[in-house]
Amino acid sequence: MLNNFQEFYNIIPILLIGAGFLISLLIEMYFKKSDVILPWFTILIFLAAGFHALYAVNSVSVIFQNMLATGGIVNIFYIIFTFGAAIVALLSIDYIKKYGTYFGEYYILLQTSILGMMLMAGAKDLFMIFLGLELMSVSFYSLAGLNRKRLKANEASLKYFLLGAFATGFIVYGIALIYGTVHSTSIDMIASRFYELSSDKLFIAGILLFLIGFSFKIAAFPFHMWVPDVYEGSPTTIAGLFSTGGKAAAFSAIIVTLGVLFTGRIGNILMPYLAVISVLSMFYGSIVAISQDNIKRMLAYSSISHAGYLLIGLAAGNSFGVAGVIFYLASYTFMNLGAFGIVALIEGKDESNLTLKSFSGLASRYPLLAALFSIIMFSLAGIPPFAGFFGKYYVFIAAIKSNLTWLAILGVLSSVISVYFYLRIVVLMYFKDAETDLKIDVSKTGLAAVIISVLLVIIIGIAPGTIIDLIAFFFK
Amino acid sequence: MSLQLILFILFGTISAISSVLMITRTNALISALFLILNFAGLSGLYLTLNAQFIAVTQVIVYAGAIMVLFLFVIMLLKPEHEKYFSHQPKLKIFAFFIAFIVFIQLVFMIFVSHPSQGNNANVAASVKAGTIEEIGKQLYTNYVLPFEAAGYLLLAATIGAIVLAKKKFE
Repeated sequence: MLNNFQEFYNIIPILLIGAGFLISLLIEMYFKKSDVILPWFTILIFLAAGFHALYAVNSVSVIFQNMLATGGIVNIFYIIFTFGAAIVALLSIDYIKKYGTYFGEYYILLQTSILGMMLMAGAKDLFMIFLGLELMSVSFYSLAGLNRKRLKANEASLKYFLLGAFATGFIVYGIALIYGTVHSTSIDMIASRFYELSSDKLFIAGILLFLIGFSFKIAAFPFHMWVPDVYEGSPTTIAGLFSTGGKAAAFSAIIVTLGVLFTGRIGNILMPYLAVISVLSMFYGSIVAISQDNIKRMLAYSSISHAGYLLIGLAAGNSFGVAGVIFYLASYTFMNLGAFGIVALIEGKDESNLTLKSFSGLASRYPLLAALFSIIMFSLAGIPPFAGFFGKYYVFIAAIKSNLTWLAILGVLSSVISVYFYLRIVVLMYFKDAETDLKIDVSKTGLAAVIISVLLVIIIGIAPGTIIDLIAFFFK
Repeated sequence: MSLQLILFILFGTISAISSVLMITRTNALISALFLILNFAGLSGLYLTLNAQFIAVTQVIVYAGAIMVLFLFVIMLLKPEHEKYFSHQPKLKIFAFFIAFIVFIQLVFMIFVSHPSQGNNANVAASVKAGTIEEIGKQLYTNYVLPFEAAGYLLLAATIGAIVLAKKKFE
């Protein structure tokens, strides 16, 4: 009896969001003031789930007949997803009205996408990975095209849907081949037979197809073509969610499924694949971002290059690398949400004020926004006192520990290139005169969300040791 | 020769021939009709392999629901560019290349890798696993979480489709 209660206690985050989603449907249906209640209810649900995950981070267990894991790394992913989503919901309160379409379904789909991510991070079975991925992706496809009147939103939604379905096809083909060789979809079975099967061509083909499918979802280089168009077309807050939650969820699925490769017990046979796409994504993202004029497209290319840095941690194939990747994901989530948040605040009606010109001379008129944006840009570029630096640091150190010094050097080179386009915005804001007559109503909730994410970036930057120790503790 | 073997060969021949006919027709509508025949043959194959549930699902979902969608799309779009494929040799070569890779993989799987070795030793258990009763039992015990997650997936997809299709703008 006590044991049952413990299991129930451990899955409270998932139950909260699962039940909250159904209650939100009822709120949307029956309450006249649902546009006021629903956002705050969504934030409450996310925060409750997030704080529970934080509180119960030590209660490691496997439940539902070996289908779902709780505690440890899984809860750390839950914290990243739910806090990230709470910031997105807080940003959206005013933004989504400015964007022209308020639908209660916006918050409902936000909740289902987070539920999908949580199922992926906690999965102990390939079924759960697939179902969680689809739950997340289906919500994302509809969120991207929420505004039917805009041609670009339609394009974004359709492009994301077609390429996402294509990627899912790869993943399912991979799962089929893995099942054919392992005779089980259980991830524990795959992990225990990994070494024995690593000479089996079919098994390796399955793992590679699985990874290629997820390379689409994390926006790594040869599979990145949807990223700029989708980020540009979707609502800015949602683009922030795609680049943080979506990426973190795809990485969580890779870490969960192929975790045995990254703990150093058997050699990392996928190192060549991961290293190559990591180098390509880093350099492609950093170099193409320089020539972008639209800030959302620039952030999209920056997201591609960040996928490259994250892949260095996986290519390193030791537990420091994976801990570094999770730390990086946490810091990247908050700094990128801050960046997209400020873009959402500055964005005017009908997608105006999105060019780099709108940012010139920002410091003289909106000093607070300019200061916050500078902190985020410094952090994204990887400049020391902020979270972004420590993310890169842990990942590069892990690569050096695995004798992949060349990969770490290429990573440093690429981040030097990226400093150019991140700091160009800071220069524009502080040292140029305004070129456009920028008038914005700074929404209070949106500003609060940005301040919270900047504070989190600073806190993670001040005390990186505590967090990385907590993550690394679960890899022992 | 047992009846099962005769039926297996019969259904196998039907699906092989209908799939060849499907890809060689120029009219998309007739291709779709041959695809239905192919699905029917496949579901017969599943029946001879003691997978009744999959056979019935194949008929209801693929031959029923999905094919109706296909036919609707074909009739609505009225494919005027039906000769597009034959005018694009590159596309044809690419299609042959992909099909060749899949074929090689299947041959490798069946004749070289023997992935089913040691897995089909217990014939009685595998016969039992195909029945609807057993599938229902599994679905509500070991696979209850995926079952619930699939429910959420369908609900989310429904909401997404309704938002995109039905919402009126002021």
